[in-house]
Amino acid sequence: MSYPENFRYTKEHEWILVEGDTGTVGLTDHAQKELGDIVYVDLPKPGMAVEAGKALGSVESVKAVSDIYSPVSGEVLEVNGLLATAPEKLNEDPHGAAWLVKIRLSNPAEIDGLMSAADYQAYLGG
Amino acid sequence: MLKQIPLAEVHRALGAKMVDFGGWEMPLQYTGILEEHRAVRTAAGLFDVSHMGEIEIRGPQALDLVQWVSTNNAAKLADGQVHYSGLLYEHGGFADDILVHRVSATHFFLCVNASNQDKDYEHIASQNRWGCVVENNGSKYAQLAVQGPRAPEILQKLTAVALAEIRYYRFRDGEVCGRAARIARTGYTGEDGFELYLAPGDAAEVWHALLDAGREFGIKPCGLGARNTLRMEAGMALYGHEIDASITPLEAGLEWIVKWDKGDFCGRARLEKRKAEGVRRRLAGFEMRGRGIGRDGYEVRAGGQPAGWVTSGGPSPALNKNIGMCYLPAELAQPGTAIEIMVREQPVEAVTVPIPFYRRPK
Repeated sequence: MSYPENFRYTKEHEWILVEGDTGTVGLTDHAQKELGDIVYVDLPKPGMAVEAGKALGSVESVKAVSDIYSPVSGEVLEVNGLLATAPEKLNEDPHGAAWLVKIRLSNPAEIDGLMSAADYQAYLGG
Repeated sequence: MLKQIPLAEVHRALGAKMVDFGGWEMPLQYTGILEEHRAVRTAAGLFDVSHMGEIEIRGPQALDLVQWVSTNNAAKLADGQVHYSGLLYEHGGFADDILVHRVSATHFFLCVNASNQDKDYEHIASQNRWGCVVENNGSKYAQLAVQGPRAPEILQKLTAVALAEIRYYRFRDGEVCGRAARIARTGYTGEDGFELYLAPGDAAEVWHALLDAGREFGIKPCGLGARNTLRMEAGMALYGHEIDASITPLEAGLEWIVKWDKGDFCGRARLEKRKAEGVRRRLAGFEMRGRGIGRDGYEVRAGGQPAGWVTSGGPSPALNKNIGMCYLPAELAQPGTAIEIMVREQPVEAVTVPIPFYRRPK
């Protein structure tokens, strides 16, 4: 799977797509592969404040539980309801239908600290 | 440096994700834990469990040593018979849980947990007052497990041994693919199947032959991930989780492997004392009722108060529920008790249920 050029990436394997002052956040294909079969996703509720680099929620595979970190600070606008009933979609379409949350950015400058698709792939390669 | 099993390269070539398991580099999964788990429940799975240890006890008084170090009654074993047993310390806690195979009256073959094999060997050797020859032979055997309802048909294609004549918990020495093999009808999945003990140099050939023979039946190579979810559904203990040196068979629901009428054995005095005093905590099964998964080490509460801990937990693919096992005060351990599992500081409702969670259809 390719890593979209218009996303930004974290070292903890989240992606964010920024459109205006809204960021859509998800897990990368690398993350879903490392986790294996995903069986449960725990996400914040709309209206909650999140902080860049802090836990946003968690994702559980058959084997283990891992934290999801927010790439940016802001307020949760929307949560992907699909994942409550079909967490396995995260294995199938991590860069598309299985996005996690939409966040209203409180500090858009934080985006500059994230990796480009090329940087992220180099990071995975190294 | 991780210890290597003979087939590590074969697993990498199959695309396995390798992990450190108790010092061995082992396959965690190939295509996915759920898919592998379902293959074993519905068709067959092939596991490389060559990390497991083998300890052999030989001599005219081999039975005396086996009887002293283990809790089950090995005097009842016939040649070619296997049983599950406990290896206890003097204080009654588990050194290990083991399978005892009687090869002959003067030769017993013990299959022990990988990470315990050296301390098991030292423990057994230290108790050897009968002049037995005790050998720590883990490196002399590879072990493959073919498990699942189609396992007998698959293995039968590769051996002249009449597998239908090997009953559950029996074994025979014969050949698989023309290679010497100890063929035991045992397993750690809750399904029918066989565990094969082979010379390490023969393992690759037998592995590939089993995958080829099983293709028409839907066999899949399976890793430790599926091995864990399968044994958990079947309610089987895993050393370091349900049992360890601080746990006796009385707490672990394993009094059935303690044969009180067999005579003295290492740990017996302390077990008797504990039994007379009353067992204070017991292993219980649980099912999650709320959203969340109870995992190993999570705190268990009852009525808002700390009551115990989760020993193993995760999703059950066969039941489509989140299940687990935990230690609770004895009075709370019977099925039907409302408990809470602390999942990341939040109490999530669960209820105790009987073990095992899954029984294979007869």
